[in-house]
Amino acid sequence: MKEQLHKDFNNSIKNLSLSQKDIEIKKFCLDNFIDKGFPNKKEEDWKFSDLNQIIKNNIGELSFFNDYASTNKVDTSVFVDGLEHNKIVFINGRIEKIDFEYEKKNQIEIIDQSETINEFKNSNSLSDLNNAFTSKCFKILVKKGYQLVKPLIIYHTTNTKIWSKNINLRLNFELDKDSSLRLIDLFNDTSEKNFLNIFYNFELKENSVLKNYKIDKFENKNIKYSFNNIDQDKNSISETFILSSGSNFSKNEINCNLNGVYASAFMNGVFSLNNDKHHEIRSIINHQNENTKSYQLIKSVLDESSKAVYQGKIFVNSDAQKTDGYQLSKAILLNKESEFNAKPELEIYADDVKCSHGSASGSLNEDSIFYLMSRGLSYQQSRELLINGFLLDVVEKITDPEIKNLIKNMIGIKE
Amino acid sequence: MDNRQKEINNLKDYKYGFSTDIENIQAPKGLDEDVIKFISNIKKEPQWMLEFRLKAFERFKVLKEPDWQKPKFPKIDYQDLYYYSAPKSMKNKPKSLDELDPKLLETYKKLGIPLQEQARLNGIAVDAVFDSVSVATTFKDELTKQGIIFCPISEAIQNHSELVKKYLGSVIPTSDHFFATLNSAVFTDGSFVYIPEGVRCPMELSTYFRINASNTGQFERTLIIADKGSYVSYLEGCTAPMRDENQLHAANVELIALDDAEIKYSTVQNWYPGDKDGKGGIYNFVTKRGLCKGKNSKISWTQVETGSAITWKYPSCILKGDNSVGEFYSIAITNNHQKADTGTKMIHLGKNTKSKIISKGISAGSSDMTYRGLVDISSKAKNSNNYTQCDSLLMGNKCGAHTVPYIKNKNSESNIAHEATTSKISEEQLHYCQQRGLNPEEAVGLIVNGFCKEVLQQLPMEFAVEAQKLVGISLEGSVG
Repeated sequence: MKEQLHKDFNNSIKNLSLSQKDIEIKKFCLDNFIDKGFPNKKEEDWKFSDLNQIIKNNIGELSFFNDYASTNKVDTSVFVDGLEHNKIVFINGRIEKIDFEYEKKNQIEIIDQSETINEFKNSNSLSDLNNAFTSKCFKILVKKGYQLVKPLIIYHTTNTKIWSKNINLRLNFELDKDSSLRLIDLFNDTSEKNFLNIFYNFELKENSVLKNYKIDKFENKNIKYSFNNIDQDKNSISETFILSSGSNFSKNEINCNLNGVYASAFMNGVFSLNNDKHHEIRSIINHQNENTKSYQLIKSVLDESSKAVYQGKIFVNSDAQKTDGYQLSKAILLNKESEFNAKPELEIYADDVKCSHGSASGSLNEDSIFYLMSRGLSYQQSRELLINGFLLDVVEKITDPEIKNLIKNMIGIKE
Repeated sequence: MDNRQKEINNLKDYKYGFSTDIENIQAPKGLDEDVIKFISNIKKEPQWMLEFRLKAFERFKVLKEPDWQKPKFPKIDYQDLYYYSAPKSMKNKPKSLDELDPKLLETYKKLGIPLQEQARLNGIAVDAVFDSVSVATTFKDELTKQGIIFCPISEAIQNHSELVKKYLGSVIPTSDHFFATLNSAVFTDGSFVYIPEGVRCPMELSTYFRINASNTGQFERTLIIADKGSYVSYLEGCTAPMRDENQLHAANVELIALDDAEIKYSTVQNWYPGDKDGKGGIYNFVTKRGLCKGKNSKISWTQVETGSAITWKYPSCILKGDNSVGEFYSIAITNNHQKADTGTKMIHLGKNTKSKIISKGISAGSSDMTYRGLVDISSKAKNSNNYTQCDSLLMGNKCGAHTVPYIKNKNSESNIAHEATTSKISEEQLHYCQQRGLNPEEAVGLIVNGFCKEVLQQLPMEFAVEAQKLVGISLEGSVG
């Protein structure tokens, strides 16, 4: 892999007009990655999902070089119908379109930040890989007091014309004071067996509101890793919803720093898995200041030999008095072969706090099925009704009515 | 005079902090094959036992000290320890209590453990372990009548060789983790219990551990075998003198429950926790593991952890037999600079297995407390159940309380439920108690005892009273 990395790195550097210093920084990141390799189960955070092994078994040898000189044709059929929205379109890792047609142009700024390096407090070797190979990186700045009229949908599409086995993406967002953004990530892959490595960084200033919905629904054979870093100032609110379903392997990591007082974070997720899919959500909520609040709800329905992992951590600093932290994960195992692993973690250094977590996993309740069947439903219908209700609970947590309906329709959940 | 006064003041905080001036035989300092041979030789062990030790030592040489845990500690120099220390008077083992060194009797009396049988009202058989050797076992005759074997493990190696050979290392193999392997190589004494088929042990069995000599590591090994349909309740208590240096205590406890047998194992751990600034104290790195080997068997761990500078232990149950049950009840209290990383592992292998975990953690001062546990339901463990509840109470904003559960469910017919909360004592509760005439400390004591009640109830009567007092003492000075 090492030779391939060097070769592909040199190729990708050639196409970019970078200063000597930037090349050196990228080189440094590359060396870091070569040194550490893909995360494996010896690392505590990857205990339940050995990415190194998963890549080896599913993809084999990776290649990293993408030629971004030529453009791809944007296939408009993938766009969401019935909801007016702004668009960013990624095709095979290349930004093809940025379109804020419904917004005031002077309120949103798009800044090229390709030269800056992302540094996260709890990073892993994948952030080095990302830093070494991302070519273009934009920062989207929503200016003070501006609230986007329509949601922004980011289309992540890949197709069979993809150059290499690995795609690295990076986007930064800054929400200035009193601004708000609704953001939907929609994955649509037709490529075969690629590794997608996505890093988002959000900076939420005072009173700003971010709603991020990540939807990975369409069946595909890809392996995905997505990392969201959210820094929150006073009174800001972040809401994250993850639908984890389509990819072969997917790991979503949310690292949320509640730095300002009264900042709050909501994180909800649904795993709906079949075949031998293996998905993970790992969340770290850092309560750094007083009166901060976090709420997490994760529900999983696992069929066949699928496997879901939830690692959630609530960290409370000694200054963060009056913290309210809550975390609940529930799983239904439908098949003998399915598996649910959880590591809900509390690390608390302040005494005047209210923190709790709960985790439960088991089969569908036979008594409930019996009840429904005695009312005339078939076994299959009863089962579907129960699962529907189980997942509806999480979807109902979505605060935006438009998007709630969109997601409900997408995953076929009835009220 | 000043020193004397200081000592008295110190003893107020930790009343077991005295040391006994007694002549010792010690193994040469350090750890190598010769020391292991020395220990084996002095214990007059058979060849297989020496081989068991040397095999463990071979393994130990390639193992590295673990570093993943939360409580960090300065590196231990394993060559700077005495691995064997015994009162000289024990060289030729006294045949009865009358021949026992009066100084030893005095020590245990001071600890509140009278060894004279007539002095006991409640009939608990005690095996007293002083540094590296067992000094006395009481009520032997009465137990022998029922066929129960309760003796120091060094005696069992000689007299009940077959049993020991069969079960020793069957739950904690010599190739286990760092400290367990070290123990396998150098363990000196401990208790051995065998309850024959169908016998319900008529009294509580108890071991009392005491570290006396300085620079000594205590490595005891306990092996309890409950044969088919038998029952035993076993208690363990520990204390050590106050010393400025840290001392290592790395014990191994193995429990084996055959068909329909039940073992109840209770610990009140009150090793010297170090002084207010975190100087000294015992490193308590213990491996405790129970195997529910037969069907319908049950193992129940109850622990009250108030002592030690660092406690690092996870009493575990391997639920191999069908319908077997594992239970874990724990109270861990840390104050000043104490650190505790404790919890349990419940490994469900058999069908219809059940486990229950109740853990209560209280941390005060500048201490740090972690619950770390694993519940693993394997794909064959049909219809299994686990319930876990871990609650933590924080007093002050310099301490920490953490919960790190690992939950693995590979069986769709099994259920796992886990709950955890962290909070502080509410002002309302305190106000209510104080309004009724309690001072703040008494009020906290009362509330904490209520918080721990679920676990305290699991302890045998005499222990429960003791433990309740201990809970109060451990938290002294943490309010206000």
